[in-house]
Amino acid sequence: MTTLELRGLTKRYRVRGSGHMLALDDVDLSIASGRTVALVGQSGSGKSTIAKIITQLERETAGQVLLDGRPVPRRGKGLRAYRQQVRMVFQDPFASLNPYHTVRHHIARPLLLDRVVPREEVDAEVARLLERVRLEPELATRRPHELSGGQRQRIAIARALASRPSLLVADEPVSMLDVSIRLGVLNLLADLQEADGLGVLYITHDLATARHFSDEIVVLHHGRVVERGPSDDVILTPSHEYTRALRDASPDPDRHFGGGRTPDTIGSPS
Amino acid sequence: MRLLLRRAAFYLFTAWAAITINFFLPRMLKGDPVSAYLQKNQGKVSPEAADALRTLFGLDTGKSLAGQYLDYWKLLFSGDLGRSFSHGLAPVADVIASALPWTVGLVGIATVLSFVLGTTLGTLVGWFRGGRGDVIVPVATFFSAVPYFWMGLIAIAVFATGLGWFPASHAYGKGTTPEFSAQFIGEVIAHGTLPALTVVLASLGGWVLGMRNMMITVLDEDYVTVAQAKGLSRRRVVFAYAARNAVLPQLSSFALALGFIVGGTLVMELVFSYPGVGKLLLDATNAKDYPLMQGLFLVITLTVLVANLLADVAYAALDPRTRQGEV
Amino acid sequence: MFTNRKSITGLVILGLFALLAALADVIAPFGPLEKDYTALKQPPSATHWLGTTHLGEDIFSQIAYGTRGVLLVGLTAGVLATLVAVIVGVSAGFLPGWRGESLSALSNVFLVLPAIPLMIIVASQYDDPSLFLISAVLAITGWAWGARVLRAQTMSLRSRDFVQAARANGEPLWRIITVEMLPNLTAVIASSFVGTVTAAVLGLTTLAFIGVIPITNLNWGTILYWAQQNGAFPEFWWWYVPAGLAIALLGAALSLISFGIDEYVNPRLRSAGERARSRRRLQKKRTKRSPV
Repeated sequence: MTTLELRGLTKRYRVRGSGHMLALDDVDLSIASGRTVALVGQSGSGKSTIAKIITQLERETAGQVLLDGRPVPRRGKGLRAYRQQVRMVFQDPFASLNPYHTVRHHIARPLLLDRVVPREEVDAEVARLLERVRLEPELATRRPHELSGGQRQRIAIARALASRPSLLVADEPVSMLDVSIRLGVLNLLADLQEADGLGVLYITHDLATARHFSDEIVVLHHGRVVERGPSDDVILTPSHEYTRALRDASPDPDRHFGGGRTPDTIGSPS
Repeated sequence: MRLLLRRAAFYLFTAWAAITINFFLPRMLKGDPVSAYLQKNQGKVSPEAADALRTLFGLDTGKSLAGQYLDYWKLLFSGDLGRSFSHGLAPVADVIASALPWTVGLVGIATVLSFVLGTTLGTLVGWFRGGRGDVIVPVATFFSAVPYFWMGLIAIAVFATGLGWFPASHAYGKGTTPEFSAQFIGEVIAHGTLPALTVVLASLGGWVLGMRNMMITVLDEDYVTVAQAKGLSRRRVVFAYAARNAVLPQLSSFALALGFIVGGTLVMELVFSYPGVGKLLLDATNAKDYPLMQGLFLVITLTVLVANLLADVAYAALDPRTRQGEV
Repeated sequence: MFTNRKSITGLVILGLFALLAALADVIAPFGPLEKDYTALKQPPSATHWLGTTHLGEDIFSQIAYGTRGVLLVGLTAGVLATLVAVIVGVSAGFLPGWRGESLSALSNVFLVLPAIPLMIIVASQYDDPSLFLISAVLAITGWAWGARVLRAQTMSLRSRDFVQAARANGEPLWRIITVEMLPNLTAVIASSFVGTVTAAVLGLTTLAFIGVIPITNLNWGTILYWAQQNGAFPEFWWWYVPAGLAIALLGAALSLISFGIDEYVNPRLRSAGERARSRRRLQKKRTKRSPV
């Protein structure tokens, strides 16, 4: 059982000319293997910043990131071990794969970097991973521009799974895919999670899928956590004004529009 | 505004770098012709001139490098660039000052003309892309690869010696003294036409092609389609919408090309015996007139920097994005 | 990027020049400095295809042998300059903070310094510069442009997700730059290389024409230098016209290759012409059909 914990996470960006921008303000979050936590919020709420800090692409200004109670090492073998455990699936399937390299390259790299399998078995492992994400192994020789968005995103998932991590950060994994294939990819993620006992941080702005796929929902607004709880509770009986507005913003044919506030007019950064 | 300040700071830094390079240049050159010269002509050189020369060329073995560097700056600020060996010990600053206007005039007018003509032509060719105008691409490519000086030679052979339409060399007739008279100005224009024409023709191709490519890229943008759909006149769409945006990158490459243009025109001055700083530099090199060479390099570099700054100002004035502060 | 019409034309012309240089011994009927005192300043004829100089040297042979000097120096300078441009440009684009900024400032300084005056002053110092030295001088003044372009491209690549993904997977920096980023920069590097070679060829011939580069290095500029020094103007056109044409032709070929690469990189240029042409064809068909 692996747990990733964010304690009091704060991130301040320096903006040229006008001082600082507070992206995250004292955020507490915890993801455990076998469970899915959904991080919900509108654009600019800080969701991607959290993803970047978890994957060590950016450094927090204050607060801690703890894996199994211990702070993440900054360099060396400790950092490498951490990276093997915590992987990310990016939002844009068109940008997260290197247009120059084949599918095999993308999946083989983490296998070789983390020495998951001996060199001779890399090709077999690549084929196995492709099958796990429900793609034909023949795709290994193709390049990203020859594949559809859904296929690319599955390859991104295969790449993430290559190092046999215990935690997965999925940053809006289906936002840029056609609506018709979103469910397929999300179901795949759910199946993989169950099979491998992964802990998943599912970042999204879509409340419906958040409720469907996760055990817990955390609502982020202007860098602060405004509500958290079991998925059904948060959706059916939201306590914070913003959550309520988010829920109400989803079109419901039985409900009349008008009255109430829209999510983006609520609150303002201090 | 902030962007301009950053650019100004950059130019100041480059000017400092150029001056410092200029300081070290003669110290890296082989031999020591300056000392030899000073020894040979001891009686003719005034003490101040000799001091200036020693400072410029690091012959003050008594002082430290840092001390020499400071003396060099002091000298520059007093406008003293040494004495020219090949011009009877006239002050270098004066010699350069008499040649600089010719180069600036020729380069300035010819380059601006070429830029305006080339950009306009490129706009039209870009607008009518895929049509008959595209034949201009190979033509312009060929012309942009022709060396300035060779075109100058051909121009002289054909138009000056062959057809006799223009004088073959110099800025004004032999025996004429410079003055503000109509006749003198007429001579200047007559003598300057061929060199200017050569510069224009040789560089035209580059501007045409660059602008054409930029126009093609811009015309694909949605805002141009909207402008056409709104029913704006074709002329307005081409010039006020498309060309206005396409010309911006051209301006910045114009600024960068200035250094190269100056280099090309230097050689042209040799071909036409035009009394500009280019010919001066070449003559100085042949005569091993080091003070003049050093002074010329400095002046040429600073002139190019100023021209770059002006181009940047023009760019900032034209691009509304820079006016908002952060780009 | 090498399969469109422009590139192929350019490559063919370049190939012809390369053949000329390599097989000069076989193609040229005379040695470049072989003097024939019975045929001074002769116009083109059957024996001397491009005529002779004031010392009876065969001009065609001079051009053929001169190709070697031009191509060797041009390519060497191009390789040197591009190497420096890649190292400085990619590092400037990738390294954050003051390190990247100062590398960028360095290339900007070199960009603004006027090349030819600097080359004149430096080249005039040496009596018999080697091929390598000449190439080095040309490279010093020519690397900055490519560095600037590469920096811009690297900066835009650096923020792309696949680079971030590689970082998040723990790829070492050197692998990110060489394996992940560089292949995506090949088109820009190729374009910059061709541009630098063009500038080097022009620079070399210009310096030779001025006489700053000694005549021991035979290239087309040297031919023009001799032509000018020995009164070839304006009557003996066969002496000075071919050399200049050769420079222009080589430069045009290199430019064509560069345009071919540009069209490959910027697909809008590629498709713009095609769309306009097909639109015109369609219009012609329509007007033909309508009975008026």
